[in-house]
Amino acid sequence: MTSPAPIAEQRETPRPGPAAAPALSIDSVSHAYGPRRALMDVSFNVQPASFTALLGLNGAGKSTLFSLITRLFGIQSGRVGIFGHDISKNPGEALRLLGVVFQPRTLDLDLSLTQNLLYHAALHGISRREAAARSAELLGRIGLTERAGSKVRDLSGGQMRRLEIARALLHRPRLLLLDEPTVGLDVKARADIISHVRQLVSEQGIGVLWATHLFDEILPGDDLVVLHQGKVLAQGPMSRVVAEAGAQDVNTAFMRLTGAQTLPGGGI
Amino acid sequence: MSGITTRDTPRGFSFQEYMTCLTGIVWREGLRFLHQRERFVSALVRPLVWLFIFAAGFRQVLGISIIPPYETYILYEVFIAPGLMAMIQLFNGMQSSLSMVYDREMGNMRTLLVSPLPRGYLLFCKLLAGTAVSLLQVYAFLLIAWFWDITPPLSGYLTVLPALILSGLMLGSLGMLISSGIKQLENFAGVMNFVIFPMFFASSALYPLWRVQEGSPYLYYLCEANPFTHAVELIRFALYGQINWVSLAVVATCTIVFMIGAIYAYDPSRGLARRGLAGGEG
Repeated sequence: MTSPAPIAEQRETPRPGPAAAPALSIDSVSHAYGPRRALMDVSFNVQPASFTALLGLNGAGKSTLFSLITRLFGIQSGRVGIFGHDISKNPGEALRLLGVVFQPRTLDLDLSLTQNLLYHAALHGISRREAAARSAELLGRIGLTERAGSKVRDLSGGQMRRLEIARALLHRPRLLLLDEPTVGLDVKARADIISHVRQLVSEQGIGVLWATHLFDEILPGDDLVVLHQGKVLAQGPMSRVVAEAGAQDVNTAFMRLTGAQTLPGGGI
Repeated sequence: MSGITTRDTPRGFSFQEYMTCLTGIVWREGLRFLHQRERFVSALVRPLVWLFIFAAGFRQVLGISIIPPYETYILYEVFIAPGLMAMIQLFNGMQSSLSMVYDREMGNMRTLLVSPLPRGYLLFCKLLAGTAVSLLQVYAFLLIAWFWDITPPLSGYLTVLPALILSGLMLGSLGMLISSGIKQLENFAGVMNFVIFPMFFASSALYPLWRVQEGSPYLYYLCEANPFTHAVELIRFALYGQINWVSLAVVATCTIVFMIGAIYAYDPSRGLARRGLAGGEG
């Protein structure tokens, strides 16, 4: 098995690494909190340069799954691989290739934007000089160069999210996980973040797993995984999932699959 | 799913990457500390209250005989100074543990734990960072105490450093171990009552142990068994350029035990996240 391209070369090679290993592979993963079963035999893949939406209600098991992938919980049964690296056996290699945006804000509010980025870079062993260069570049890309020295506390919700995404990209991961990243944002900020992430997929070949309960964030070309009460009910290209459910759109498909009531406006 | 290979050997991390990570964590902890000016002030005021008020009132009550490492009769203030230095570190260790619980509730902890470096090493860096902060506090205290006639030999300021690092690590890892068991922030009051106060009072910080022995032999044994007593004695002797070997052995052993315990408790397949996020796991 060939290992993924060295991190330093990633940006110069927008094409994804060897096709052998998916960016993320979830293989028969089950998880229980005591007697309560949160995930049951969950399996799916995220391919490099693809946008995979993980669609589920609150409590469907999305956060548990994220905690397993990021090694916050130990895996009870099944396997999680990131570009072929088993997260339990070789967490170092796996986590190097992974960038995460958690649902709760995880920035140091009293530190500046740059300080937050430098701290994250240090956690990945990126030298100070390199880290400063990358931070400046990423801040430019998210349009916050002028705010580099201000405290994170003074940013808007949308700006914080953009900063968190920039931070998750600092160590140039090839798989990006986002756990309901648009929650609590206004329409404009939401649209900005979605288009930014989609750009990362198309231009840099990053594999994205995007957990959401908002249908309008999913496009027909995306891969879709429907998670409900800890089980995968359907997966595949969105158009196929919708067609197989005998529905016209994702909204109806989801309703048919889960028996859930949807609210007007596209959310669950 | 064929993606996962059977031959998957870790590439490991270079020495430089380890050092970058360590300096980054210490740097951030220092920045955070500087931003919390109240924390610095209260960390300094607490021992000074003991020194200026408690010791001044108490010196007439308690006579101190000549006990090692002291070679002459000493003022009570001089006697409790090492105890107060250890107290600063005790509070700091517990406060870092509090901030870890806070970080965990707020999600900041996740940033640390998704670093690809080995988790045990990350926690060790965090401990070193907390210890570094406690050193700042202790030396600031010593500076002020110097004007209050607490004047150990100048070389003592240097020889006490390794003792302070070791005791800082011990108290920090104890705090970390405790923090892994705390589910919520509010429980910190319990830590005050059940950890900080008993450890501080049942130790040689405020009174020589032979005095305690006269009063209650049982309490004496308790004090002798208290690792905090040995942290105090280690610091006391080191401040006068001497080594208390028993205390050194106790503090070193406790540091290792607490640290292993804390790293074990923060292992993903056990403690931390499962308890913290799932709640009521018990």
